[in-house]
Amino acid sequence: MTAATGTMRPVRHPSLRRRRSPLARWYRRHERAVLGIVGITAFLLFWELGSRAGVIDAFFFSRPTGILEAAVAEVQLPRFWNDVRVSAFEFFGGFIIAVGLGVPLGLLLGWYRRLSYLVDPWLNLFNSLPRLALLPIIVLWLGLGTEAKLATVFLGAFFSIVIPTVQGVRTVDRRLLDVATSFGASQRRIFTSVVLPATVPFIVTGIRLGIGRALIGVVLAEIYAQTEGLGVMIDRSADTLQAGRMFFGILIFVAAGVISVQGLRRIEESFQRWRPAQEES
Amino acid sequence: MHGTEIALSARGVRLEYMDRATRVSMLAIERMDLDIHEGEFVAIVGPSGCGKTTFLKIVDGLLPVTDGEIVVGSGGHGRDHAMVFQDSSLFPWYSVLDNVAYGLVCQGVGKREAQDRARPYIDMVGLSGFQSKFPYQLSGGMQQRANLARALTVDPELLLMDEPFASLDAQTRELMQAELLRICAAAGKTVLFITHQIDEAIFLADRVIVMSARPGRILADIDIELSRPRELSVKRTAPFTAYEDQVWKLIASQLPALGPQRAAA
Repeated sequence: MTAATGTMRPVRHPSLRRRRSPLARWYRRHERAVLGIVGITAFLLFWELGSRAGVIDAFFFSRPTGILEAAVAEVQLPRFWNDVRVSAFEFFGGFIIAVGLGVPLGLLLGWYRRLSYLVDPWLNLFNSLPRLALLPIIVLWLGLGTEAKLATVFLGAFFSIVIPTVQGVRTVDRRLLDVATSFGASQRRIFTSVVLPATVPFIVTGIRLGIGRALIGVVLAEIYAQTEGLGVMIDRSADTLQAGRMFFGILIFVAAGVISVQGLRRIEESFQRWRPAQEES
Repeated sequence: MHGTEIALSARGVRLEYMDRATRVSMLAIERMDLDIHEGEFVAIVGPSGCGKTTFLKIVDGLLPVTDGEIVVGSGGHGRDHAMVFQDSSLFPWYSVLDNVAYGLVCQGVGKREAQDRARPYIDMVGLSGFQSKFPYQLSGGMQQRANLARALTVDPELLLMDEPFASLDAQTRELMQAELLRICAAAGKTVLFITHQIDEAIFLADRVIVMSARPGRILADIDIELSRPRELSVKRTAPFTAYEDQVWKLIASQLPALGPQRAAA
């Protein structure tokens, strides 16, 4: 009787192992990261050299060093930091409201079938609606200020959080619900000991999708309203043919997305110790 | 050896349900009359789909009866019954210890006390040292040990077991059968055990109930007069195989592919 182990690694015969140099062994261990960096570096190098050689038109496409120069100039402007602050507030504000309302609503709709029958048509309608089409009316109702932008971000993220959460509750393993009932668990305990833990992976998926949608919402609302924020900065840079500055703005959104998703993964891992270790993807 | 107290009494139990797809009323269990005395080990065998698991769920209170009456327990110290489910019924997000303590926690026992009371049962089923593992880190046999410990921890008068070893490999299954007899002897439980393995039923039980094909009813109630404690080697003795033949003929008579004439051969 032995415990089943999570992952097993084939052990090479020592005589085979000895032939590899330390460098080769280091490479094998970090192959994934190394190749990823090689891919990015090759692309940047091609861009930079192509631009300097005149194959790529630097006027429209800039180049990595051009973006760096634009970034250095940009971070010295107070207007830039105001844009960052405004966009960050819209993103986090709208996103937190979306999570705060989306997760509880998703849990309720998954748990109470009648309630979901009542709300499902609206959910489907809003989810299939291109939310870009709502932008004019949001501005009509809420003006060009922060409220309109928070609403756009919220609408972007909300449905991608609600829908997987509902799905998660509905697909809870019947057998586990039977176990809880069999041991006399109260409704409340069934919810906290079975439904909630089983739904966490779905909630996390929804939040991950929501991060992307929320960022889209920020850019969209800012470009539409043309008041302030990084979206405006990107739009104005493109209009005034400052490709380097434009790419810098885009990179900030990329960084925000990557950092949020990575942060989420950390949180997720602490929730998911009970799952077998998975290959990172 | 067995008390005179009745641990389970089923009278005229009948179950009809509405098939969702066809909207036709189906009869799952036609009639079950069954008494189990305290300390008895009763196994129910029958062809698949005969309603044996359904009957167990009725006893456990997970399904309502259409007609008839079920009385469980005589008001002893612990809970009157607890179920050992089929495979993968442990909560994957709880450690072995929290899984085994679950029943007590449901009864309102504090978490720390529930864990303290769960530990002896973890030892009893042979999982000492594995209490902080998660289910995915256990083999199938060990998961079913934990599953058994979870039911034993609430100290039930009647232990309900729903094909608990069905998904284990043949060797582990035999080992677990012997383990179950050891544990039941130590804990002194009344057991109602569902299985489709004829040899498993005969090896474990004092009485083997053979059920008909759907709609389920009792075809035979066979006393197994093999002495205890039983070793696995009893399976290769003449009385044992005679019981196997007897049960198999009853079950084969219920299988449409075989028909009564071949089963008689």
